[in-house]
Amino acid sequence: MGVQFLRLVAAVAGKDLRVELRSREIVYTMGLFAAVIVVVFSFAFVRDQRALVEAVPGVAWAAVVFAGTIGLGRAFDRERESDTMRALLLAPAPRLAVFAGKTVAITALVFAVEAVVLPLCLLFFNVDLGASTATLALVLALGAIGFAVVGTVFAAMLLRTQARDVLLPVVLYPILVPMIMAGTKATAALLLNQTGDAWFWIKFLAAFDLAFIITAMWSFEALVIE
Amino acid sequence: MTTTRISSIVVDKIGKRFGDHRALAAVELELRAGSVCALLGPNGAGKTTLISILSTLTRASTGAVRYLDGAAERRVDDRLRADIGLLAHASLCYGELTAIENLTFFATLYGLADGAGRASALLDEVGLEPAARTRAVRTYSRGMVQRLALARALLARPSLLLLDEPFTGLDRGGALALGARLGQAKAEGAIVVCVTHDLEAIAGVTDHVVVLRRGKVACDVRDPDGFSYAALRDHYHRHAD
Repeated sequence: MGVQFLRLVAAVAGKDLRVELRSREIVYTMGLFAAVIVVVFSFAFVRDQRALVEAVPGVAWAAVVFAGTIGLGRAFDRERESDTMRALLLAPAPRLAVFAGKTVAITALVFAVEAVVLPLCLLFFNVDLGASTATLALVLALGAIGFAVVGTVFAAMLLRTQARDVLLPVVLYPILVPMIMAGTKATAALLLNQTGDAWFWIKFLAAFDLAFIITAMWSFEALVIE
Repeated sequence: MTTTRISSIVVDKIGKRFGDHRALAAVELELRAGSVCALLGPNGAGKTTLISILSTLTRASTGAVRYLDGAAERRVDDRLRADIGLLAHASLCYGELTAIENLTFFATLYGLADGAGRASALLDEVGLEPAARTRAVRTYSRGMVQRLALARALLARPSLLLLDEPFTGLDRGGALALGARLGQAKAEGAIVVCVTHDLEAIAGVTDHVVVLRRGKVACDVRDPDGFSYAALRDHYHRHAD
């Protein structure tokens, strides 16, 4: 992988993030939506007048995935509005660099949501992570990468589809189920200080990411050409 | 990025279907370097579909497009795409970015050494006023967006220039300047394909007329001296109506 390739990836990712910094619509929408999910569930899952800590993994991952889907759809809607996806695909840059650049930008947006969700979960569910903070950050990072890789491929594929807003979650969630399960299990294990179990699911998440990065690299070009 | 030129394009019996709808049927054409081809026809004739196939962004359902450099056929790859400039219905530019940022970004994708310098020169050439260049594109008028879109299409000095309704939104001065720019591209040896209903704007500079009707080539004529407005209108009305 050459320096020129990395320059192109940085250019595409930088462009997406610059557009988002100017409008801030995706980050605000995703952040608010994720925050509402956490707050509502913290009042729904109550035992003995205390928020149920066992609900945290499910709530956190549901918030990240649902909010992420909103951001994903909007990020690709922007490429549709002035047909800029055609310009990206017509450029002599490798399609893989376009894919990687967009994936990096979406990963950054999902990270931003996770940065909202995690403190809210700790606050509203009264969780003390202790020494597990760094490991949980790794779990969330692997989740963000997996979501962005799979999401970028399918959002790009559905770009010209009429019912893309409906279809995106329909095709995305079944594929993300193993990732969501692994993320939830790893998070739960870390909250219960079961480090051994957590690392099994972290390795599973890493394998999921690797498998889908390879699949996406192989299939992206074929999927985005009309 | 080093590129060779596209000296001619052979469109070999291409067809395109969108579900049950047939957009193009057995279209055969030859496009040559140093010529401006006016691609004419009524709405729904298949002009935009043909432009999209020529740009490599849409696959033909049947047939093939061959891009030639002399006698050698070029592969459809990154190097070929670097040699294609496209001005489509949409601007292909980002509304949240400025004109300079848009062109600099695409210059990076095209591997151009002096992206900012090339961007400024092109914006001078297309007549986008300096004060507007650092404003977000979403604040532009339709004509300003069209000037920027043209600058983007010309960015990498393409030898195949595909223009789909390039005169839309341009004022009289802009249309005349674009007509002159087409003549310049032709003189530099580019292949220019221009879809338009503004026959007056392309009169004189056009030396190849193709009229599409219901996805088929209804007329394919050349005149090395260029077609007058009356001749273009005559061909259009005889074959498109």
